[in-house]
Amino acid sequence: MIPLDQLLPLAVFVPLLGAVGIWLFGYAPNIREGATLLTSLVLLLVVGGLLPAVLAGERPTWLLVEMLPGLELKFVLEPLGMLFAGVAALLWPVASLYSIGYMRGNNEQHQTRFYLFFAIAIAASMGIAFAGNLITLFVFYEILTLSTYPLVTHKGNADALKAGRVYMGILLATSVGLLLPAIIWTWQVAGTTDFAAGGIIADKLGGPMLTVLGFLFIYGIGKAALMPMQRWLPAAMVAPTPVSALLHAVAVVKAGVFSVVKVVVYILGVDTLAAAPGIEWLLYIAGFTIVAASTIALRQDNLKRRLAYSTISQLSYVIMAAMILAPISIVGAALHIVAHAFGKITLFFAAGAIYTAAHKTKVSELNGIGHRMPWTMGAFTIGALSMIGVPPAVGFISKWYILMGAFQAEQRVAVAVIILSTLLNAAYFMPIIYAAFFKAPAPGDQQVHGEAPLPIVLALSVTAAATLILFLFPEVPFALAQAIGVQP
Amino acid sequence: MSMHLPALQVIIPLLLAAVIFLFNNARIAYIVSVAASWLCLAIAIQLLLLVNDGSVIEYAFGGWEPPWGIAYNVDQLNAFVLVIVSGIAAIMFPFSWRSIQAEIPASLHVLFYTALLLCLAGLLGMTITGDAFNFFVLLEISSLATYTLISLGKDRRSLSAAFQYLIMGTIGGTFILLGVGLLYTLTGTLNMADLAERIGPLQASRTLQAAFAFLVVGIGLKLAMFPLHLWLPGAYATAPSVVSAFLAATATKVAVYALLRFMFGVFGADFAYGEMHVELMLVSLALVSVLFASLIALLQRGVKRMLAYSSLAQIGYMLLGIGLANVSGLTATLLHLFNHALMKGVLFLALAMVFYRTGGSSMRHMSGLGRQMPWTMAAFVVGGLSLIGVPLTVGFISKWYLILASIERGWWPVTAVILVASLIAVMYIWRVVEVAYFKERPADLPTVSEAPLSLLLPTWTLVAANIYFGINASVTTGIAQNVAQTLLGGVQ
Repeated sequence: MIPLDQLLPLAVFVPLLGAVGIWLFGYAPNIREGATLLTSLVLLLVVGGLLPAVLAGERPTWLLVEMLPGLELKFVLEPLGMLFAGVAALLWPVASLYSIGYMRGNNEQHQTRFYLFFAIAIAASMGIAFAGNLITLFVFYEILTLSTYPLVTHKGNADALKAGRVYMGILLATSVGLLLPAIIWTWQVAGTTDFAAGGIIADKLGGPMLTVLGFLFIYGIGKAALMPMQRWLPAAMVAPTPVSALLHAVAVVKAGVFSVVKVVVYILGVDTLAAAPGIEWLLYIAGFTIVAASTIALRQDNLKRRLAYSTISQLSYVIMAAMILAPISIVGAALHIVAHAFGKITLFFAAGAIYTAAHKTKVSELNGIGHRMPWTMGAFTIGALSMIGVPPAVGFISKWYILMGAFQAEQRVAVAVIILSTLLNAAYFMPIIYAAFFKAPAPGDQQVHGEAPLPIVLALSVTAAATLILFLFPEVPFALAQAIGVQP
Repeated sequence: MSMHLPALQVIIPLLLAAVIFLFNNARIAYIVSVAASWLCLAIAIQLLLLVNDGSVIEYAFGGWEPPWGIAYNVDQLNAFVLVIVSGIAAIMFPFSWRSIQAEIPASLHVLFYTALLLCLAGLLGMTITGDAFNFFVLLEISSLATYTLISLGKDRRSLSAAFQYLIMGTIGGTFILLGVGLLYTLTGTLNMADLAERIGPLQASRTLQAAFAFLVVGIGLKLAMFPLHLWLPGAYATAPSVVSAFLAATATKVAVYALLRFMFGVFGADFAYGEMHVELMLVSLALVSVLFASLIALLQRGVKRMLAYSSLAQIGYMLLGIGLANVSGLTATLLHLFNHALMKGVLFLALAMVFYRTGGSSMRHMSGLGRQMPWTMAAFVVGGLSLIGVPLTVGFISKWYLILASIERGWWPVTAVILVASLIAVMYIWRVVEVAYFKERPADLPTVSEAPLSLLLPTWTLVAANIYFGINASVTTGIAQNVAQTLLGGVQ
């Protein structure tokens, strides 16, 4: 049995090793895909092996290297990171399975490069999840941006190039322009960048300057897509669907909101931040983003774009929950990271399945498709229910806690936003489901296709089932979420 | 033997330059030059190890004690610069053989290596010497060799670029000589340590202030401080690729070192900051050059010229660090001496490989190369990321300290300029990346293959250094911080 603290860096190195394997076996697609699947399963074992320890209150640490005097790259295991790593590790094997079906089904080019950078992106996500301080987080955050660039521009055409510019432009501009100075400022003020329960700023910075620092952090984490930094997310939808599914519904965007929660809880400190003047504006902006993105989603005919705007809105749920600054809302924020991941990946998988089987990308073309692709649209329905926040999907639980936090902190704006957005969510998801099952296909729509390839159907069924199972058995994520910010 | 290391550091390349000229055989010249560069690196590392505890080696040339003879003084600061210069030479000299086959007529190869060794000797000498006049002499040796090297380029414009540099460089040299002369009339000594002692009570002297001004402007010309930078883009863009690479990585670094040495080692931090307020000038000029050079780089079609303008911006960062006048700022400057040599070295060497294969280095020549020269372009991308300041590369370390210094000062606009310039760097590097990876190769350009191993190996050595010192920067940062503290001494 490997000691715990050595298991921690393995979570980063296993996908990297897998990347090397994928590169070496690029000439033999079957072995290459085998390497991807094997790596993802090993990673799942590694991350799973860490779970009992973190539940038992252990906080193993692994020092990678001392980058600068007093500034180390290190990994520390803690509940929030475990939650994020667990989600990514659970979904990677499923997404790999899906990718194999999708990439082969659509005869995509450069598949070796695709799997290679995919594995690197997962490694970067693990690095973010287990980062022991801000600098480590920043390092892997940037690696994630760079390693997903070739995935976004995978098609290599003019559209992809343009989208790639927006993607890199916004993500690098925010992280270098805002997040980096925020981190250095924190270091200068606090003398450390280590994550610690209760934050490290405490009384070292106060008043308006603290608010400025808060804004720098939240906007610096561009991956959280708080308006007006959201444009990269719809742009990234030109990527192949597995990328949109795992990275732009799970790993990348969750890395964003995860970092936000992490910074709020472990750097700025919930109580410290509550005293900052004007900090509630972040909550209002997040609320605005929720409503505005939902409204835009209503008007998107392209299915993937509609899902992208839905993602923007759901991400701001997490930011808003964090900015309510109540302990119970932090639990809600953490749970929503998990809930949204499973729901949204199901939806993207379904969108990709429709594209692969029927070559349709528009909402308006989906009339009657539910009869041809019952599994796909059934899973889509479950995912949509989770987005709206209706039982028996896990989205209900996280929304419940966010709402409780909002009531507890007497944030009426937040309560109103949640109610309004629930209605909007229903308004842009229900018509799709209705059309798919109850409307007659448009005349001239041949509908010669059947279900998508088996790996795809398998993958989306698994994630849809997980959405339901997590509603019934939320104990593990709940226990982790409750342990966030608590001194072991 | 080991006690003569400071002298050998300069004499080896100087003598061997004459030797290879006498042999008049290109291959011998190449082998001897490479051997010389490696010897120089070994000596420089040995010297750095000797002084790393903060001690100073004083070496009297020919046994003539200073102030009568010429003294060579080695401390942590110049040992660090010696390692940078000779290290870059040790990597680029082996690279040069293949590269000049494509760019310099065979009849000039011996001359090329002679000039290269003379240039190296001059740069090392300027760094190690403890004598103000000797500094001027060695400056001229390296400058004259540089003019020759630049004019060897195939591009006919290199002749006018070399001539322009000759005029500007001579003016700079003259200013330095005037400054040194004024110091001599004032104090009666040329030894830097003596100068520093005798200057102490003369703070208010007009002559001293004039000497300071002459020296700063003269050195400013050599390091291409805005607005004295006009010679640099032409020189870097038209010189043979390996020469551009060598100069970009070393020449301006030594000039920055000279500025530091005179400012802190001779005049003293109190005089430079307290009396002359040089920081005001440095910060404002540095900000202008950081911002405008980056913007102009964005407009270039020739990638070499783009990198030249980017160098101007990077020099701006170094001056900015001095201007911020705190330990973090100086640390950033010193780190960037080292780090910028690594990143620009990679970028220019990658371009040299592109030139070697395609016969040009414009944007057009680079289109579609991502597929055809994957290792070359990968090196370029890593160099570019380092230039941008992405974490796990050396560029990040420099940026970190520079931003930290500006935050410590509370100069937020300076922080903003640094960040904006980094983002402009993203844009101009990414233009090349997009062209190389997304554009099809133009039909009229030949399909090319990957550069030969003899070129890839030195380049990737530098790539590895970029990453290694970006992850484990404790050694370089430790030295830089130590030196910065010593230099600033009593201030703050």
